Amino acid sequence: MTSETGIVGYGAYVPSYRIKAEEIARVWGEEPDRIIKGLGVMEKSVPGLDEDAATLAVEASRNALAVADIEPSRLGAVYVGSESHPYAVKPTATMVAEAIGSTPDVMAADLEFACKAGTAAIQIGMGLVASHMAEYSLAVGTDTSQGRPGDALEYTAGAGAAAFIIGRQKEQILAKLEATYSFTTDTPDFWRRQHAEFPTHGGRFTGEPAYFRHVMGATQGLFEKTGMEANDFDYFVFHQPNGKFPLEVAKKMGLDVEKVKPGLMTPIIGNTYSAASPIGLCAVLDIAKPGQRILLTSFGSGAGSDSFAMEVTDNLVEARERAPHKLAWYVGRKNYLDYGLYVKHRRKLKSL
Amino acid sequence: MAENIAITWRRIPERYRLAGTQCTTCKTKFFPPRKICSTCRRKGKIESFQFSGKGEIYSFSGVHSAPAGLELEIPYVLAIVQLVEGPKVTAQIVDCTENMVKFKDKVEFVFRKIRSDDPEGLIHYGYKFRLVK
Repeated sequence: MTSETGIVGYGAYVPSYRIKAEEIARVWGEEPDRIIKGLGVMEKSVPGLDEDAATLAVEASRNALAVADIEPSRLGAVYVGSESHPYAVKPTATMVAEAIGSTPDVMAADLEFACKAGTAAIQIGMGLVASHMAEYSLAVGTDTSQGRPGDALEYTAGAGAAAFIIGRQKEQILAKLEATYSFTTDTPDFWRRQHAEFPTHGGRFTGEPAYFRHVMGATQGLFEKTGMEANDFDYFVFHQPNGKFPLEVAKKMGLDVEKVKPGLMTPIIGNTYSAASPIGLCAVLDIAKPGQRILLTSFGSGAGSDSFAMEVTDNLVEARERAPHKLAWYVGRKNYLDYGLYVKHRRKLKSL
Repeated sequence: MAENIAITWRRIPERYRLAGTQCTTCKTKFFPPRKICSTCRRKGKIESFQFSGKGEIYSFSGVHSAPAGLELEIPYVLAIVQLVEGPKVTAQIVDCTENMVKFKDKVEFVFRKIRSDDPEGLIHYGYKFRLVK
């Protein structure tokens, strides 16, 4: 599918709190160096006590609106992807739409597809905007994900959000969305049952048959569909459940690892789930030059990957300076927590 | 204590995005929104007004003994923020400790959880402020 849609605004948000992998390892008697080397994660972001997927989404969306420089009432759709929506029933999207001032003349819904609901929202936006059902569509990936105490996920499950406004006015497009391709199967690698507090995963099964098969399948599919090849791209952003998997994808597919690193944020903020590859895209958009091409491939357990080819336009350089705060600002501010305070922040004790 | 749903709902525009009002006769801005201008009275004309969310610390205090529902957040900073458009609002200052705040410090508005009617009630969201540094 080719379309004439593009990203006209984007924004990110990462909470200010961090916990080091070393500190988590200390509590569970693990060897810190082994964990840090094994997962490629130094520290991860932790939400404040008054933050959740909705508040993260609102701030990322406000940044995106400022970059797009459009009235919020012109958004025709708001789709919010997350696996940690604050309510089981009651949409996050209505709260976001209300907080940014897009209501009531707007379509809205929540999405859930493990870590790829944010990119699914981008695809929906492309469809709505290309078909003129909406002038602009907001796509948000946001999560404050949980890892079971003592589980490997506890070292990586972070918090963050990224928002993208899709539009079709040529003079507003910052990155042309040239093509998208999805690779989807029923693969039970990771899940969380209704009412369960923590997710369950298939351990090593989450690698080959899940992450690698789908990420590489979608990326290869995009190449075949568009006739593009690895050399056509200046940046690759892959879903990043840890700091190592995206680099392994590059090795397996023979891609230049240096093109992956600029969009690799997990080593310093953790895996932000629905926001993980979208935040990686924000990091790249903050430095990309006009004419450069970016490939984005998300991954959501369950399982599926969405791959996108986009080309940066001349408009990006000026537009990105309109962001009240860029990703680097959020990543740079750090309030470190020890494990005790972390437990309080994530309300992991039954009595909290 | 759970707040009445209708009261929460009615205040969503002001709490979520600092939607206020202004009197077009005397240009006074109101937050929380007022329906009648206290100066112009019946000669005043009220219309909606969107605050920018920018302001400065007018006064502040560290809270060490929290009201019900906010126990986990202590110690936190509660401040009177003077908005650049004029009105003063009382709100929490997030992501900081008392010793980081000074009078006249610049702040910006953020959207956060205010309170949660646990365990199955409504989650209340609204404005707080963050130091701009």
